[in-house]
Amino acid sequence: MVIRRFPWIRQSLVIWHKELRIEFRTRFAYSTLLMFAVTTLITISFSVGGFVPDSDITAALLWIILFFSAMAGLGRTFVQEEEKKTITALKMAVAPEPVFLGKYFFNVTLLCSLTVLVVPLFLVLLNQSVPLWAPFLTTVFLGALGLAGASTIIAAIVAKTEAKSAMMTILAFPVLVPLLLATINATRICLAGAPGTAPTTELLLLLFYNGAVVTASLLLFEYIWNE
Amino acid sequence: MFWQSILGIWLTLVILASFLYMPATQGLGESGRIIIYHVPAAWVAVLAYLMAMVNSLNYLRRKDLRFDRQAQINAELGTVFCVLATITGAIWSRGAWGWYWNWDPRQTSIAVLLMIYAAYFVLRGTVEDPERRANLAAVYALFAFLTVPFLVFIVPRIYDSLHPDLINMEKRTFDMDKKMLVVFLASLAGFTGLYGWLYNIRLRVENLLHRLEGKKEVI
Repeated sequence: MVIRRFPWIRQSLVIWHKELRIEFRTRFAYSTLLMFAVTTLITISFSVGGFVPDSDITAALLWIILFFSAMAGLGRTFVQEEEKKTITALKMAVAPEPVFLGKYFFNVTLLCSLTVLVVPLFLVLLNQSVPLWAPFLTTVFLGALGLAGASTIIAAIVAKTEAKSAMMTILAFPVLVPLLLATINATRICLAGAPGTAPTTELLLLLFYNGAVVTASLLLFEYIWNE
Repeated sequence: MFWQSILGIWLTLVILASFLYMPATQGLGESGRIIIYHVPAAWVAVLAYLMAMVNSLNYLRRKDLRFDRQAQINAELGTVFCVLATITGAIWSRGAWGWYWNWDPRQTSIAVLLMIYAAYFVLRGTVEDPERRANLAAVYALFAFLTVPFLVFIVPRIYDSLHPDLINMEKRTFDMDKKMLVVFLASLAGFTGLYGWLYNIRLRVENLLHRLEGKKEVI
């Protein structure tokens, strides 16, 4: 089993590298993600104005921005392979699982580089301080990981439908509800920073959610890919 | 025809008994009578959704479109009964808590469940090729259903539940009046029979439609 897994890792890293290279040439996905997030953020900050919202509301706003940016930016993960007819070559080159992992790593990279820019901007524009910064960073990281994980397999389904990107939000939202509820609640706790509180349950839940989503995706991806 | 008549008479008796024979519930009063419809509807919804999961798994394993038709019918029936459970629940909630909807953990979970299957039917609608549709729908149903248990852990952290439980965990008893229990169990059996009957009709219709399409291609 161990010998069989190693080529997976190597092959998925090759696919990850290929994705990164294409992304550096076109900057299509990243600019979509970033522009979407910044536009929403500016709209929110603009409409809120000088009024500093409650941390309950800020936490929800942050994850609404990240969720819809992810939906806008990650929906094309597999569509481009279909449109440029590179899908057959990719199918011949590697097994389904490394393809999934490569795309997943790439989506994680995209979302993490998005949060690095957007989250500080968000905190500055909405004038928020973060008393529990370590759990907050963990929440953001695990949240981005989970968004990328669920989005990858949904994007694979979306690429096979006739409506394409329009389907992304519809299909992903019900799957992401537990993740969003957990991240929003964890962010709320971190921003409020009441003494003696920590979002332990939420972080554990996010960890298990990520594990479950990736495992299920690895098992189910084959049926979509070789369809 | 024989079994349909039995089912019709059975359910009529259940409806009559729920208003005439059964006493009003303690604490909840007259509004408690809705349990005779709400809980069996929820039970059938869970049963149909579980069957849809089994059918989806079978489809992915055997690639036989028969299983896809079964999964579709079970998902449809599950959604019908899930909507009934949501509506009866909201009506009761208005009587007991004052609001039709207040994001009680049970209400949150059922709303997410309905959203999953709404997305499932939208997905089925956007794919024309039957085999591709069956594949994508099965994968989506299995994947989405996997995330539902997480709600059980996260939602009570945000909203408290006021939903009554039938089984008293402390005393390990089933909190129900004798007369009520009889009507309740009869209703459970009746609803399950109703589900079986509807499933049978739908399956026969779908199979006939499938055969008709095959004939059309030949002509």
